[in-house]
Amino acid sequence: MRRFSLRSARSRTRILATGAIACAIAGTMALGVSGLAGAASAATPGVTATSITLGATEPLTGVADSYNDIAPAIAAVFAAVNANGGVNGRQIKFTYLDDQYTPSITATMTHELVLQDNIFADVASLGTPTQLEVQSYLNTQKVPQLFVLSGCNCWSSSKYPYTSGYQPPYTVDGKVLGSYTAKNFAGEKIGYFTQDDEFGFDTIKGLNMEIKSSAVVSKQTYVASTAAYVAGLNSQVAALQAAGAKVVVMAAIPVFVNLFATTAATLGYTPQLVIDGVAADPSAIGPSAVLSTPAPAGQALLNGAITDGYGAFENQTSNPWVQVATKLLTKYDPQVATKGITGDELVGFNLGYTVVQALKDAGKNLTRQGLLNAIAADGSKFINSGFVPYSYSSSVHFGYEGEQLYKMSTSATPITLPSGTYLGVTPIGPVYYTSPGAGPVKVWHGAPDAVPASLKKIA
Amino acid sequence: MQFFLDITLGGIATGMIVSAVALGLVLIFRATNVVNFAQGAMSMITTYIAYDVLRRGADYWLAFVVALAVGLVFGAITQSVLIRPVQGKSPLNAIIVTFGFLIFLEGLAGAIYGSTARNYPAPFSLSGQKLGGTQIAFSPFDLFVVVAVLVLMGLMLVVFRGTDLGLRMRAVAFAPEAARLLGVRVRPLLTLGWALAVAAGAMAALLVVPTSSLTPNFMDVILIYGFTAAVVGGLDSPVGALIGGLVTGLSLAYVGGYLGGSLEPMAALALVIVSLMVRPEGIFARPAARRV
Amino acid sequence: MAGLRSTVQALTAKRWFRLPRQPMLRHLSFAAVAAVALYFLTQWLSAFNDYEVGQIGFYAIALAGLTLLTGINGQISLGHGGFMAVGGFTYALLVEHTTWSLVPELLVAVGVSAVVGAVIGIPATRLRGPYLAGMTLMVALGLPYITNQYNSIFGGDQGLNTPPPTGPASVNPTEWLTWIQLLGALIVLVLLGNLVRSRFGRSFRAVRDDEIAASLTGIHVARTKVIAFMVSAGCAGLAGAFLALSAGGVNSAEFPLALSIYILAGVVLGGTGSLMGVWWGAIIIVYLPTQWSQSLASDFHANALVSANLAVIIFGLVLIVTMLVAPGGIQGGLRWLAAKGAAYLSSGGVSNMTLSLQEPTDRPVSDGESVRTTTK
Repeated sequence: MRRFSLRSARSRTRILATGAIACAIAGTMALGVSGLAGAASAATPGVTATSITLGATEPLTGVADSYNDIAPAIAAVFAAVNANGGVNGRQIKFTYLDDQYTPSITATMTHELVLQDNIFADVASLGTPTQLEVQSYLNTQKVPQLFVLSGCNCWSSSKYPYTSGYQPPYTVDGKVLGSYTAKNFAGEKIGYFTQDDEFGFDTIKGLNMEIKSSAVVSKQTYVASTAAYVAGLNSQVAALQAAGAKVVVMAAIPVFVNLFATTAATLGYTPQLVIDGVAADPSAIGPSAVLSTPAPAGQALLNGAITDGYGAFENQTSNPWVQVATKLLTKYDPQVATKGITGDELVGFNLGYTVVQALKDAGKNLTRQGLLNAIAADGSKFINSGFVPYSYSSSVHFGYEGEQLYKMSTSATPITLPSGTYLGVTPIGPVYYTSPGAGPVKVWHGAPDAVPASLKKIA
Repeated sequence: MQFFLDITLGGIATGMIVSAVALGLVLIFRATNVVNFAQGAMSMITTYIAYDVLRRGADYWLAFVVALAVGLVFGAITQSVLIRPVQGKSPLNAIIVTFGFLIFLEGLAGAIYGSTARNYPAPFSLSGQKLGGTQIAFSPFDLFVVVAVLVLMGLMLVVFRGTDLGLRMRAVAFAPEAARLLGVRVRPLLTLGWALAVAAGAMAALLVVPTSSLTPNFMDVILIYGFTAAVVGGLDSPVGALIGGLVTGLSLAYVGGYLGGSLEPMAALALVIVSLMVRPEGIFARPAARRV
Repeated sequence: MAGLRSTVQALTAKRWFRLPRQPMLRHLSFAAVAAVALYFLTQWLSAFNDYEVGQIGFYAIALAGLTLLTGINGQISLGHGGFMAVGGFTYALLVEHTTWSLVPELLVAVGVSAVVGAVIGIPATRLRGPYLAGMTLMVALGLPYITNQYNSIFGGDQGLNTPPPTGPASVNPTEWLTWIQLLGALIVLVLLGNLVRSRFGRSFRAVRDDEIAASLTGIHVARTKVIAFMVSAGCAGLAGAFLALSAGGVNSAEFPLALSIYILAGVVLGGTGSLMGVWWGAIIIVYLPTQWSQSLASDFHANALVSANLAVIIFGLVLIVTMLVAPGGIQGGLRWLAAKGAAYLSSGGVSNMTLSLQEPTDRPVSDGESVRTTTK
């Protein structure tokens, strides 16, 4: 055993290292510290006399970065409202951080928003696995987790009262698509092609409520991973073809819809496609939906595909909501000013306006519980661009539960975006609505909300 | 029966692509005794460069040649700058360096190009052909892949077994001191080995990309499958890479077709583990002797 | 200068300034000092910074395990994130289905991870170099698929919840969790430090340096390698359980391939084989992908794409540059610095500045500076 002395390399390294590490940690802390461990404010976090601080985690980069234009659109709506006096005299501060669609980064970013930025509420954060990661943390910390951008059934749960969703849950999608399929393709053999996770399972729950199990001849799944993409969908498509499925109902993300279409083209398989709205936006599906000559492999299959949506598409320029959104966002969102409006930005516009109404309704004496109460009591009356009113109530924490069906078609007005010109969509049939539970699918007879004058004024 | 045929043809098509990648790995290993974990990432870079060339209006074959040429240069530079310092040392060092290079290149591509998927065209039609009235799941492009892989493998066999250069390359990889004593110039041959291997990888990526899509990570998983194929067939055997690739592709196809699509990735994992347990050197390799 | 030199010499001659001789006591006293220092640090810092210091703690645990396996035992593992997943999910399942308290749950998580480490380690004894690397890589890729297959047990996308432990009412829960994580890190480092100095540690190194020679001296090579895997996996499992606590839940997306890469990079950067070096790696893993990337990117006015990829680019460069230029990592660099400094202080002054980079002869067999394994 060696005596401790400066001659021993290990000992002196230890001392030097310990000192250096302590300095490094302290130094990094000092650089990053934005306020020492002071007492938490007794008043509501994130609310001052002149401001409200909201936060979100978004996939600004990474595999889901096609959705990174939603948050800037929301920020643009807040900027317009701030320029016109704010909400009840307070300016809205909106901080959104990049979580790269990775749940562990979401956890860190959300902790940063809550502990360091002192947000009043987490609004419009995106992603199922990412938001599930922080759902229990936010509820334990009593931070509202509102308007989550994901179709999971999990955002309306009595276990997590601070959480609520926004877009139709997947089971509602399944029921609406299922009911249409059962009615219009009665007697045909039906196949499923779904993602092997909650998205797929929840959609199938809805489909099974409407489509007779005897009509379903094959249920194929895929894993949403690069490995599965490279291995290809040959087996799944061949199986559906071998089973004789004339209609294929898909709960799949755009890249896999694309791959399915090209694989089916190779196999000479031409079923009728019914695609869940997650992949609905033709520009999201991408290559197979591009209008060009010669037509890309798979476009023949997409032409005529049925899909659903809960708001207008960006090619419906006569829709008053599309018009007011384009006007406001062109003024306040640099991306729209240069590149034109996308479907995601329409979502962001609508969501931002909903948040503003909720804050306003919660009153001047703004508390977190007050905000939740306001949404529960008046959420169903908030003005929005969707086809059905919101379903928010004291027991339901879902937003939209109704959809319009569309047909993708070369004869519809094409959707022109900077990245290309894509297959357009035409609405077919009425607007349907239902709950994720066991009720029937009903037809909604009301008209969409008109654009209020106050909104037109600030646009 | 039709289903079985369709799946088998699909498995062969995937298998040939996997073999192409495995051949690149085998080439580097035979020529330089290093496993290049960055092989996939390097060929991803050459593909992006080819994509840039295509976008400026060039035709497919010009971009193809550019990709191969860039691969040659890229491989040579990488070997001289990054690998030479760790060439003779513990394999751990080379593994870490190539692994670090892999993630560096992917980060770089992500920063420059973003992760939006881009479409890279195929030189031949991707639609299945009609053979006497029935549709078979084999397209002209699949045929092109088969031919390209067989040509590459043939070239490798001829060079390594039949030429003087090949003999010298093998000597330099596995017994550098003896080779040096016999007057063989070690350094240029190692660099040449890498140049050829990365060019082969560039071609393999161009075979993969039409049925996939161009993103910074698109070669990640195909590299894993390629590694699987190389392990099954033997890291120092070109024929082994071909057989290993076909075994891998067909396994994935049959597992996917009969057991369900979600089990495919596990099939590759199981294949590697079983292969490493039963015959670590691979089916076609010579068992290695261990020096005391 | 002469005054400084003689002061230091006088101090080190004093008995009370020296640390105890036995390794266990020496490690414990280091740990005690560190514990006190860290306590004051967490008191001084804000809640979010505490949260990140806790993360540094558990990453240090994972890095310690990997540096033992790779640096001291010479087996490369590219898939340590997989073992962290095992630990995290085991802990979450225990939280979900039992009413045990924190410590038994953590211990079981460690135990299960160690068993999985043996399951992987046994076949791994037949593999070397790139084959071992490839197999561990595939393990890291494959484990998430297992959790996806058994959705009902593992909670699928939603995963399982792991609420942070509640401490005394007067203590902020974030701080409490941070203390638990840091305490765990100190305990693991003390234990591993003793393990490395013990007979086991010597046999690990012997197997690393020359398997044949080691077996000739009576060391059971395969058993040693499996034990190394088990210990290393157990550490990773504990780190995974702490990660679950930190995030509030587990699901398979929390353990991507990137995690295994970051851990390897952390080990290499800190100094492969150096237990003290794990802190450097842990600091970088916690701060680089978050704060440092963001501030570097804004300093250089880089766009969002660059800032998101900056961490990966830098980790890649770190791996390459460290291996090429400074295989000893940061600890190796410090060792060199310390040697220079001590040589200057303890002997003549300027004339002895020509210190070679050779280590002084009183050091034991290499601590893992240059890792060697028998090839083929």
